[in-house]
Amino acid sequence: METLKFEYRGGRPCNPAQASALAGVVGSGNLEILVEQEPLNGACAVEVVTAAVGFGAIWQAVLDDFFARHPLADVRISINDVGATPAVVSLRLDQAVNAFLGGTA
Amino acid sequence: MRDWNTQARNREARLARAAHLTQGKTVEAKDAAALLSAVLEPGDRVCLEGNNQKQADFLAKVLAGLDPARVHDLHMVQSVLALPEHLDVFDRGVASRLDFSFSGPQGARLAKLVAEGRINIGAIHTYLELFGRYFVDLTPRVSLVCAQAADRAGNLYTGPNTEDTPTIVEATAFKRGIVIAQVNQIVDSLPRVDIPADWVDFVIQSPKPHYIEPLFTRDPAQISEIQVLMAMMAIKGIYAEYEVNRLNHGIGFDTAAIELLLPTYAESLGLKGRICRHWALNPHPALIPAIEAGFVESVHSFGSELGMEKYIEARPDVFFTGPDGSMRSNRAMSQAAGHYACDMFIGSTLQIDLGGNSSTATLGRIAGFGGAPNMGSDARGRRHASPAWLKAGREAREGRGLMPRGQKLVVQMVETFREHMQPAFVERLDAWELAESAGMDLPPVMIYGEDVSHILTEEGIANLLLCRTDEEREQAIRGVAGYTPVGLARDKRMVENLRDRGIIRRPEDLGIDKSLATRDLLAARSVKDLVRASGGLYDPPKRFRNW
Repeated sequence: METLKFEYRGGRPCNPAQASALAGVVGSGNLEILVEQEPLNGACAVEVVTAAVGFGAIWQAVLDDFFARHPLADVRISINDVGATPAVVSLRLDQAVNAFLGGTA
Repeated sequence: MRDWNTQARNREARLARAAHLTQGKTVEAKDAAALLSAVLEPGDRVCLEGNNQKQADFLAKVLAGLDPARVHDLHMVQSVLALPEHLDVFDRGVASRLDFSFSGPQGARLAKLVAEGRINIGAIHTYLELFGRYFVDLTPRVSLVCAQAADRAGNLYTGPNTEDTPTIVEATAFKRGIVIAQVNQIVDSLPRVDIPADWVDFVIQSPKPHYIEPLFTRDPAQISEIQVLMAMMAIKGIYAEYEVNRLNHGIGFDTAAIELLLPTYAESLGLKGRICRHWALNPHPALIPAIEAGFVESVHSFGSELGMEKYIEARPDVFFTGPDGSMRSNRAMSQAAGHYACDMFIGSTLQIDLGGNSSTATLGRIAGFGGAPNMGSDARGRRHASPAWLKAGREAREGRGLMPRGQKLVVQMVETFREHMQPAFVERLDAWELAESAGMDLPPVMIYGEDVSHILTEEGIANLLLCRTDEEREQAIRGVAGYTPVGLARDKRMVENLRDRGIIRRPEDLGIDKSLATRDLLAARSVKDLVRASGGLYDPPKRFRNW
């Protein structure tokens, strides 16, 4: 197991439809993502607990792109990963944020 | 004076040596080894019918068990090496030379035997090439084929899995070779005649029915949401835009997802009757919902698929069936159809390089090609037009002052990472190293980059037809290669420029709502759903039944 922490600044305050949203499941090749509103001085904090060790650079790239798509402030994102591919991670992040903000997912 | 009839005389001598073993054309299974020893001569070119699915397994066992002091140095010419016995003949010294197309499950052992100098490979072919050579310079002297049943005269009924049999028998019988068939049963009257008796010399009832592999059954339960997303992109970004009506699909889960999205997603886009009407395709169970929904007008098949027999018989307007009701497949004909009569091939691969070349070769395995390169290549001899073919040709030639012509759509559909985070995009294919280690003339490339029209990943579609320079092509490929090292090394500005020009299109550029990309969009989510969609006619093999 490996724990990775990322923090993004410069996001916009959001007006979530719900205080927290969950996407995905803990299962092989999959992951679980919890998105919560939390006062973080404008930061977006991401914590990844992953079963696949040594992919920090890819997580960084995936999350950089995610933050470029969804610049969120005062949001905590917790990820439990069981070896999901970057494609699955990106899809789940988009689904979780959509649900959090009140989209259709 | 020159003797112009040596082949026929040699044939008569072989038949005479076996005369004491037969009654009519029938030989007892216990005499099979004696028969093969009698008719075979050292150095013979032999076709042991090894198909993608149907296997002449009894004759394979008998051949592998012959005395190498009597029968040796055979030159095997067969499309598929599927069974251990197909390599045992080399291990035991009965055969020494091999020309083939595909070795799938035996790929690792084949590589080992080649490295040990036990097998001398002539060439690794595509199906059509090997079949073509049966009629040029690799005509079998003796063929050991496989059929469902024979009558007492020696007529053969091959049933739904006809596959290679007509091609093999035609090449052998009309060049005065010897045809020996193993059959599951000998009957008084056949449901239909697939191979006429006077092309067949000996018939043996095998102790057990021949083996058939259900190779084309994909359990919808294993289709992922990413595959659903990619299937949506394929349908909206390629099928709809080119009006693809004549096509072939690969056998993976990626294309199974497309088949299962036709009655749902494609229907919602109003595409019924406008795409996917005619297929060169094995009877994929995953196609059942699309057939039932009225998308599919015709399907011609290379071989059959276990469990699909009753469904096919009940849908004769769609499938090619005989007067007895069962399907007649034919690998050579369907490959020719896939090459010349289809507008699109779409399939998965293991590795794609920066030139768009793709390969399924991995180190330590010689897997061969099968049919993908015949279908996954532009048919440069094609002359008849269709909207899809014309549009692809226009895109590839626009502004270049070239003679107008069409082009086939050849789509490679891959997730950027395979299992265990193996990147699908690489700077250099493993095929190069395999070629060096196995002494091949060329790296074994499944689909050449110059034939590829589109690369589709979860990140987007790269339209290579619209690229005008090698640099554009490379960046278009990097631009859909996701977070692989190849993708991360993209020139971001150039990729954005390609996106502005529509050479790269993301799901959002195609107007695809990613939140719809769930398994709920699949017309069947399990094998049981497929059985239900078929009205109970589809009878899946046991290993796919989990209820």
